[in-house]
Amino acid sequence: MRETSRNGQDPIVKVRGLVFARGERMIFDGIDLDIERGKVTAIMGPSGTGKTTLLKLIGGQLRPASGTIVVDGESVPDLGVKELYRLRQRMGMMFQTGALLTDLDVYANVAFPIREHTDLPERLVRDLVLMKLQAVGLRGAAGLMPNELSGGMARRVAMARAIALDPMMVLYDEPFTGQDPISMGVLIKLIRELNDSLGLTSIVVSHDVKETAAIADYAYLLSDGKVVDQGTPEMLWKSASDWSQQFLNGKPDGPVAFHYPARSLRDDLMQGGQSR
Amino acid sequence: MILGPLQLLGRKGLAFFERLGRGHLFLLQTLTALPGLVLRPGLVIRQLYSVGVLTLLIILVSGLFVGMVLGLQGYNTLVDFGAEESLGVVVALSLVRELGPVVSALLFAGRAGSALTAEIGLMKATEQLSGMEMMAVDPMRRVIAPRFVAGFISMPLLAAIFSFVGIYGGYFVGVGLLGVDDGAYWSQMQDKVDLHDDVYNGVIKSIVFGFVAVWIAVFEGYDTVPTSAGVSRATTRTVVHTALAVLGLDFVLTALMFGD
Repeated sequence: MRETSRNGQDPIVKVRGLVFARGERMIFDGIDLDIERGKVTAIMGPSGTGKTTLLKLIGGQLRPASGTIVVDGESVPDLGVKELYRLRQRMGMMFQTGALLTDLDVYANVAFPIREHTDLPERLVRDLVLMKLQAVGLRGAAGLMPNELSGGMARRVAMARAIALDPMMVLYDEPFTGQDPISMGVLIKLIRELNDSLGLTSIVVSHDVKETAAIADYAYLLSDGKVVDQGTPEMLWKSASDWSQQFLNGKPDGPVAFHYPARSLRDDLMQGGQSR
Repeated sequence: MILGPLQLLGRKGLAFFERLGRGHLFLLQTLTALPGLVLRPGLVIRQLYSVGVLTLLIILVSGLFVGMVLGLQGYNTLVDFGAEESLGVVVALSLVRELGPVVSALLFAGRAGSALTAEIGLMKATEQLSGMEMMAVDPMRRVIAPRFVAGFISMPLLAAIFSFVGIYGGYFVGVGLLGVDDGAYWSQMQDKVDLHDDVYNGVIKSIVFGFVAVWIAVFEGYDTVPTSAGVSRATTRTVVHTALAVLGLDFVLTALMFGD
């Protein structure tokens, strides 16, 4: 039987029972999540919870220990290299650092996936690149090198590159980290607008709660390898979960304790001059 | 008490062999990616410039000075036996058989090898390689293979240029400054330097050294720990490992080629 999701459509990404560990450390301990077509879905959680790892698992750069990851009907861990690369051509990814090729200018960076995967004449490539750069407001920066761009501009170029091949889905890895308010506003606007105008599906991995919640249609909160909470941003703000409330409101103490686990302060102080 | 050092030795040994295995698998992947370059010669040509042409200056200058030193030292030794007219042979054989391939490989590691490692390592650290994979572009085909081929082609050519310039350096000192007979310098060289035994063997050496040097350089870059300290360590390892590998292989090759 075909599994349908919240809005009755087949989800574009379906993760079930995902287990992934790095050495001894368990990153995901049996998580389930669905990414709806046409929506902006946020994956939020504290640093080190494996949000970027989840994107790499969806993109097939990492393989899970167990569980299934199905993207647009294809089981990612079971794909051969050729099929995986074919699937990736239908995905765009914006890395936290932008990951622009530093020996190419902005124009060539955006043209890179088009030139690699199509035989379009250079005139058409130029038109496509300029249209993508226009969409992110950087047509005028086409001749700049990556080292001449601000952090926000580099991410917008990366965004233009991510949509260069008109993908079905774009993965954003921490798009707002370290951005000034104006750049942040631009990125928030672009993610939402590109998603809606190009008919994309967007997955935004972030720990910037307010910014991400402002554009997300649905959000998952991850912590300690589990999905702690999920729902629309409105539902999450009203969540009864103490953990969700602490994370979303940035409270210093709560289920995530302020103090790192230790024996009692009294015991430590009474120890006198004994070495630890 | 004794367990500690033994454990350490075991751990280091395992790490060494694991890395050696990874290096060989990497080489296999690189060689598999080579046929794809036939359709994209532009990628190799661009790398030939940065790996080969940009190394040319240090090769020319070093070759000239090494040749001049050989001319001077050779003359000082040969003149005691009245054999200074054999200077051309001494200079040419030293360069073609040994110094050309070996010194140019060491210079290649210092100039081009370290640059390759740092470039690939930084591409890894800044997620450029990962970004390529997500754009469905194989970094082995797009980044590693063209650099590998460019290094492999460049090294023997650089070694040949090194020897060529060195012979002229020896000529300049021996004939130009110390008065060795011009004709004797060239004719004795022509008479005694054998195309098969000397020149071909020198070329084979430079091909082997080029293969090893560029393999080490691209592998260290690809296998680097993606941090600034990791890239720095990888760059150092490229130079050290290439130097050790080249000198060790030089002995083995010399024994095979010239040992009776």
